[in-house]
Amino acid sequence: MRTTDVAVIGGGPAGLSAAISAASLGAKVTLIDRNDRLGGQLIKQTHMFFGSQKQHASVRGVDISGILEEQLSKYKDNVEVLLNATVLGLYEDGVVTIEQGEEKYFKIKPKAMVIATGASEKVLPFPNNDLPGIYGAGAVQTLMNVYGVAPGDRALMVGAGNIGLIVSYQLMQAGVKVAAIIDAAPKIGGYLVHASKIRRMGVPIYTSYTVKEAIGKDSLEKAVIVQLDEKWQPVPGTERELDVDVMCISIGLSPLAELLWQADCEMKYVPELGGYVPARDEEYQTTVKGIYVAGDVSGVEEASAAMVEGQLAGLCAAKNLGFTSPDFEARRQDCIDQLNTLRSGPVGAKIRAGLEKLLG
Amino acid sequence: MRIEKHPILTFEKGRKVKFTYNGEELEGFEGEPIAAALHAAGVKVLGHSSVHKRPRGFYCAIGNCSSCLMTVDGKPNVRVCIEKLADGMKVETQQGKGDLI
Repeated sequence: MRTTDVAVIGGGPAGLSAAISAASLGAKVTLIDRNDRLGGQLIKQTHMFFGSQKQHASVRGVDISGILEEQLSKYKDNVEVLLNATVLGLYEDGVVTIEQGEEKYFKIKPKAMVIATGASEKVLPFPNNDLPGIYGAGAVQTLMNVYGVAPGDRALMVGAGNIGLIVSYQLMQAGVKVAAIIDAAPKIGGYLVHASKIRRMGVPIYTSYTVKEAIGKDSLEKAVIVQLDEKWQPVPGTERELDVDVMCISIGLSPLAELLWQADCEMKYVPELGGYVPARDEEYQTTVKGIYVAGDVSGVEEASAAMVEGQLAGLCAAKNLGFTSPDFEARRQDCIDQLNTLRSGPVGAKIRAGLEKLLG
Repeated sequence: MRIEKHPILTFEKGRKVKFTYNGEELEGFEGEPIAAALHAAGVKVLGHSSVHKRPRGFYCAIGNCSSCLMTVDGKPNVRVCIEKLADGMKVETQQGKGDLI
């Protein structure tokens, strides 16, 4: 059977970073991704990143993907990349089964693995929420920014977190009008610098508003929004009807944790981190020895944090197999410090609360 | 609707190819997802739910949610949000759950 030292499942920001750092210690790495290119959701992120220089601040997400791939290519002698490859199962004897393309099915037995499968977009319940024209905000980002197709003429953005704000701006860049951004919370969740930029372009942001219903025959034609009181209950008489053919749902992500469940990792429900997330130690090792996690699957956060988590998990996975370098401890500590910085201040309050629940 | 002008992006497209959607001939670019080509041609409804027959479009566009299943070249349950368009493809609305053989 094929073997490897560290199998990394998922080639987004976390997985790429994990593969680079594990390979840098000399471990043989197999990086597995179901898409035909690496980068995960970085490839649609046309905005410049925040954070510090170490997390590529001021560089556009799509370009960060290229930078990481180039770093990975330095270790091509001990890195194998499997594209179009979907991990189907993790078995109790440590065997991973993979389907590549439609023809190949094989097994691999890694000594350790980093699971970096990311997250998927949540849906919002309201009448007719399944009408075509109602999409995840990330889906619209993919359609516009990767494939150059506009989703429609006029959009309603549901959710004023960073994704909602950024995608609203990107909709306007693509020539789509944004009728409004709404958020059920009384406060804008994303960075104010993004919100201000959008308001300056004339897009209203309504806080304490939600979707009452969507209207349309075959696809979205109108959306009815309604104000919420302090108990999050709709206020009668505050309904507004918006003529929109696109609605983007941007109310958060939930971890794609199926493989972790399958591997019997202990899972905890932490709403601040997006739902069920794996219990793990400071090295990002789960309760199943040799299985590490990084990125959104370990708790939904920004891509900047995902990259640092990936570095840390990759380093530790390799180190615990006996690979090391003189600067290992310094690099490990640097990752921990970077994560603490990224999660500091009011912006990181929710993540800190979530991690407090997770790690106790 | 194709985005013709974008302030920061340029889109590299494959060659123009023809495909059919329920028998109707449409054009798209080779290598783009079938759903993107359909959307650009104004097709938002990709199928109907199996019990209540409600219209279905794509939702996630990255192969997670299964909202976009169609029959492509006779094969059912293809996720058209990630399946690449090729010249001469026959794309059809799927009836029912699809048979393996």
